[in-house]
Amino acid sequence: MALLNILEAVNKALETEMQKDPSIVVYGEDAGFEGGVFRATAGLQKQFGVDRVFDVPIAEAAIVGSAIGMAINGLKPVVEMQFSGFMFPGYNQIVTHVARFRNRSRSKYTLPLVIRMPYGGGVKALEHHSESLETLFAHIPGLKLVIPSTPYDTLGLLRSAMRDPDPVIFMEPKRIYRAFKQEVPDEDYTVPIGKAKVVIPGKDITVVAWGAMVREVESALKLIENDNISVEVIDLRTIAPFDRETIVESVKKTGRLLVVHEAVKSFGPGAEIVATVQEKAFYYLAAAPKRLTAPDITVPLPKGEHHFMIDPKQIALEIRNIVSMKA
Amino acid sequence: MLFDQYNPLKKKVLQILDNEGQVINKTLEPSIPDDVLLKMYQTMTLGRIADIKAIQFQRQGRMLTYAPNMGQEAAQIGPMAATSDNDWLAVSFRELNAMLYKGVTLEQLFLYWYGNEAGSKYNDSVKVLPVNVPIGSQISHAAGLAYAAKIQKKDEVVIAYIGDGGTSHGEFHEGINFGAVFNVPMVIIIQNNHWAISTPRAKASKAETLAQKAIAYGIPGIQVDGNDTLAMYVATLEAIKRAKLGQGPSLIEAITYRMGPHTTSDNPKIYRSDEEVEAWKEKDPLKRFKNYLLNKKIITQASDDALNQEYNQLVLSTFKQVEDSGLVSLEEVFNHTYQEMTPLLKEQYNDLKKYEETEGR
Repeated sequence: MALLNILEAVNKALETEMQKDPSIVVYGEDAGFEGGVFRATAGLQKQFGVDRVFDVPIAEAAIVGSAIGMAINGLKPVVEMQFSGFMFPGYNQIVTHVARFRNRSRSKYTLPLVIRMPYGGGVKALEHHSESLETLFAHIPGLKLVIPSTPYDTLGLLRSAMRDPDPVIFMEPKRIYRAFKQEVPDEDYTVPIGKAKVVIPGKDITVVAWGAMVREVESALKLIENDNISVEVIDLRTIAPFDRETIVESVKKTGRLLVVHEAVKSFGPGAEIVATVQEKAFYYLAAAPKRLTAPDITVPLPKGEHHFMIDPKQIALEIRNIVSMKA
Repeated sequence: MLFDQYNPLKKKVLQILDNEGQVINKTLEPSIPDDVLLKMYQTMTLGRIADIKAIQFQRQGRMLTYAPNMGQEAAQIGPMAATSDNDWLAVSFRELNAMLYKGVTLEQLFLYWYGNEAGSKYNDSVKVLPVNVPIGSQISHAAGLAYAAKIQKKDEVVIAYIGDGGTSHGEFHEGINFGAVFNVPMVIIIQNNHWAISTPRAKASKAETLAQKAIAYGIPGIQVDGNDTLAMYVATLEAIKRAKLGQGPSLIEAITYRMGPHTTSDNPKIYRSDEEVEAWKEKDPLKRFKNYLLNKKIITQASDDALNQEYNQLVLSTFKQVEDSGLVSLEEVFNHTYQEMTPLLKEQYNDLKKYEETEGR
């Protein structure tokens, strides 16, 4: 067993997988020598050499575009976007090529590659460092989108991403990169893509969250521990394709749903989850399913960011409101 | 060194054949085996006929939008003849001749332009990337292919094509810069056909030549008569040699001309003069290469007539085959989004299947 935080779990996943699979290359802006601005790739260049772990020019389109070429020609690239808000120059490549090469070539050319990026707010950062852009990937056919919330899942999910035959976007909740440590097994294990996890079982209401929001939900539960409300907490873990079954089954049991996400509301993942529940479990609902999300504004700079971030009190209030609603 | 001799800043342009196909640069005339010369000529001839027919099919309402290559055959066949089977080709969307030469079949190419993804599923041994519509984005794919070749010590060079218009794109810069920094085995060929739809070359860049852009990347660049098959062959051969010696990418600007429209939805008469087009007809790459081969007695007028007749038939029958291939199945349009359909995709597939089976479509 090893005691790791999320950042160390990212590093461990890369290290252990690179030891097993010589086709894996890791690169990004400052990702080589320095190990990335968060040090997620620290020590890898020393261990695996400059051909496999390297720094590149600051050019996200070329980072993603070159990964496509490498994946076609026998390598398995795991590239880093320094912050999700900086991925836009690479977004052209992601949407027009990464998501489509398999289909375009009728599976002659497939792209086993991973694009990692730290995302999310609450770290008092500059502009473009705090966005939650799940929707921009989850909406695109051909992509998979994974977001871990614990060190254990980070290690297992990133391994699965690297073993996936198709491209995976791996968004890392940087706010909780170093927030806590968890015991993880030394032996090889994976966490499957496309499977949500029931973190806390309950019977009155289903709360779905992912990334840094899972901990916020857990904190909210402490605020209502004397309310006699049994909350089922689901960590979605994979946003695309998301685990409809686990959520629908849970809502069929609880009759109530709250989706909590850090991304802005309109056309966000919450809308998709709520719509799915309406389609699949409408007659089981005891209250209108709800979303608690960031408002539809640009992420404020740090002095105004507190208005934007979801806090446990809001979550607790929303849970109470939904549970007290009559069908 | 060829690239030193033909410095784009000194307005040097590499040319070996004149407009009539006479060798005007004996020292640089390559010694290409007869069978290779013949393959080059045959592919150019097939490409030209396929092009003319494709436009006709489109006008008859039998073909979708098509991007003609006419006038640019030398800029594609010369370089491809300099490659080996190991080498990769990353195309833009106006490289029918190059793709044919590298083993993509005419049937596949027609199938693609006819509107079927199966046209981009080339045979296993064919190392060509599919037609790339987003302008400029193929350059970094080429850089990645070449990086992979380099670190896996594969004996491969990657040839990437782009148009004069594409050089304005940030992706052109990012891709070449990436390839140059890592010194990868890559050759970038700009087909400067003078027009990006209706935008003239002068509005693509203020630089006097596109080849000189190489200088800023720390790689060699050269301007070549892009309608001269031999000059394009020689320049590419040199670039490939550099790549194999580990000297990194090279940039070749092929000065050529798009004799047809941008695509079949475009009318070039609106934005360019008949005189300009007429003047470029004098430099027709096919005529020049044909005369060269006639002079070398590799072909005769009679053999050429027979070849044209044969290819006319081949193009007609191939297109007929493509027309008869019908519509794409529901399964095919779902099957290649992921290696395995997700549960949601399976559900959507089953719903559509049921609908189509009961209601028809």
